[in-house]
Amino acid sequence: MSEDETQTPASGPGPDWGFETRMIHAGAGPDPTSGARQTPIHQTSAYAFHDADHAASLFNLQTFGFIYSRLGNPTVATLEERIASLEGGRGATCAASGHAAQVLAFFPLIEAGERFAASTRLYGGSVTQFSRTFPKFDWHCDFVDTEDLAAVEAVLAQGAKALFVESLANPGGVVTDLEALAGLTRAAGALLIVDNTLATPWLCRPFEWGADLIVHSATKFLSGNGTVIGGAVVDSGRFDWSASGRFPGLSEPEPAYHGLKFSETFGDLAFTVHSHAVGLRDLGASMAPMNAFLTLLGTETLALRMERHCRNSLAVAEWLTEHPKVEWVSHAGLPTSPYRELAQKYLPNGAGAVFTFGVRGGYEAGVKVVERCELFSHLANIGDARSLIIHPASTTHRQLTDEQRAAAGAGPEVVRLSIGLETVDDLVRDLDRALAAA
Amino acid sequence: MATDLHYSDALIAGILRRVRTIAMVGASPNWKRPSNFAMKYLQEKGFRVIPVNPRAAAAGALILGEKACASLEDVPGPVEMVDVFRASEAALEITREAIRLRAEKGFEVVWMQLGVRNDEAAAEAEAAGLTVIMNRCPKIEYGRLWGELGWGGFDSGVISSRWPRPAKGDGRAG
Repeated sequence: MSEDETQTPASGPGPDWGFETRMIHAGAGPDPTSGARQTPIHQTSAYAFHDADHAASLFNLQTFGFIYSRLGNPTVATLEERIASLEGGRGATCAASGHAAQVLAFFPLIEAGERFAASTRLYGGSVTQFSRTFPKFDWHCDFVDTEDLAAVEAVLAQGAKALFVESLANPGGVVTDLEALAGLTRAAGALLIVDNTLATPWLCRPFEWGADLIVHSATKFLSGNGTVIGGAVVDSGRFDWSASGRFPGLSEPEPAYHGLKFSETFGDLAFTVHSHAVGLRDLGASMAPMNAFLTLLGTETLALRMERHCRNSLAVAEWLTEHPKVEWVSHAGLPTSPYRELAQKYLPNGAGAVFTFGVRGGYEAGVKVVERCELFSHLANIGDARSLIIHPASTTHRQLTDEQRAAAGAGPEVVRLSIGLETVDDLVRDLDRALAAA
Repeated sequence: MATDLHYSDALIAGILRRVRTIAMVGASPNWKRPSNFAMKYLQEKGFRVIPVNPRAAAAGALILGEKACASLEDVPGPVEMVDVFRASEAALEITREAIRLRAEKGFEVVWMQLGVRNDEAAAEAEAAGLTVIMNRCPKIEYGRLWGELGWGGFDSGVISSRWPRPAKGDGRAG
């Protein structure tokens, strides 16, 4: 792929609008009724029907339109179209949180008693969701080191119907070889599901490397100001559910919709129609219109913010590598990173803003650095305009075993940073002061 | 369902604006079938859709209020578009029938549904002066170009900052 193509990816089915144009315009023309140019917040629970026949058409999924905001809402739909466009997907379904989006992603795919696989390098909350809560639905996750392709092949051969990875893995500095993994899932008739939260579609577009579904926590860089909890699942529209036969939820008759087969009736729209009409209908974890509006505002400046996030982050990482109290820095943009080549391939616009470093002095020193910061906020979030700091072993990855923490890159000495948009010299000064006290 | 068939939005929108009546070959009387979904939607948008279905015609059936015809031969003209809701293999014979009846019925467009593609039929139809669209659904394309597909969370690919005046008369926008 040429550098030019990574800067301005082609739009979905329409003309080739540039990424920055789609950040601002995709899904959002003037309001048809009022001419309002910014997307209105449709703060309504339900929608009027023209007549009984119109109501029947909507309930039968025979026509496009809104019934009830658990299933769909015009403001949320605008964000869904925007995210789908930025990722180069067919459609998207927004959800109340990133975790809700993960449930929505697996819901049409995994039947009771079935298995999927996930990378060991994941956000701790995802590890807990997959290993503790999903088994209550009789969904089972096999964790696998995705850098060991033979191990991935083996777990897929044992019947895992999907592989879940993070493109740029939390807590930081790890880049996943999406193209290699997509080759394995395709050969096994399984799906590759990529959490693209840390990278955002400005840095990485997993569909271009063969992913089938993408999930997001919109709480992070997409909204960008630490204002909302939200998530999304995006469908590439490329998986052929009818030909596969492994996903009866999408290819077999759905009793609650008079026996229609989603893949036959909706073709490449099937997954996203199902996610709204069945997933959100029955799981109910819908995004609020106000949260969709705030996330839409965030997406309008995504590329600009990510450029600054990445520049500040690399500058802080470079400074930390020279610091005597710092044992190591895990940032894929550093020349010493073992992930540098993968970063250049998958993240040509920058290696992200979330990374980790190890403090000399272990657990106690890690906690002290976090507590002594003045400018960095000590909290459990990432992807804010503000710089954030946390000690994963005592917080986000606390629920895990020592082995799980080590595999996830969240050992006792690890500090995670999410670099914001402040003056970079101020960030360095703040860390310098905190490290001196550790 | 990636495709190497590219049709401009202007071409598709032009067809959907110009066409008033559609002969839908393979329209099903079963309201749960995809063809019936598409027919009902297009009727709601102001198109007249005449179903072509030999079995339904033999039974004298009405489909969504329209008398089913046994063949394109039996379709009362003028009809601007033939929508092929049949398997790709069946599209050649239907297209040849459309070419033969072109002048008599007023056919201008042969449209093959999403998943239906027959390059031989397309070449013959284009040589005869018909416009051909393949592997697209007129319902989805109508929804995509006139702002309804995005309601379902789909990327329409359409970007515009214009605020068009609503169209008068036919209930169709744009």
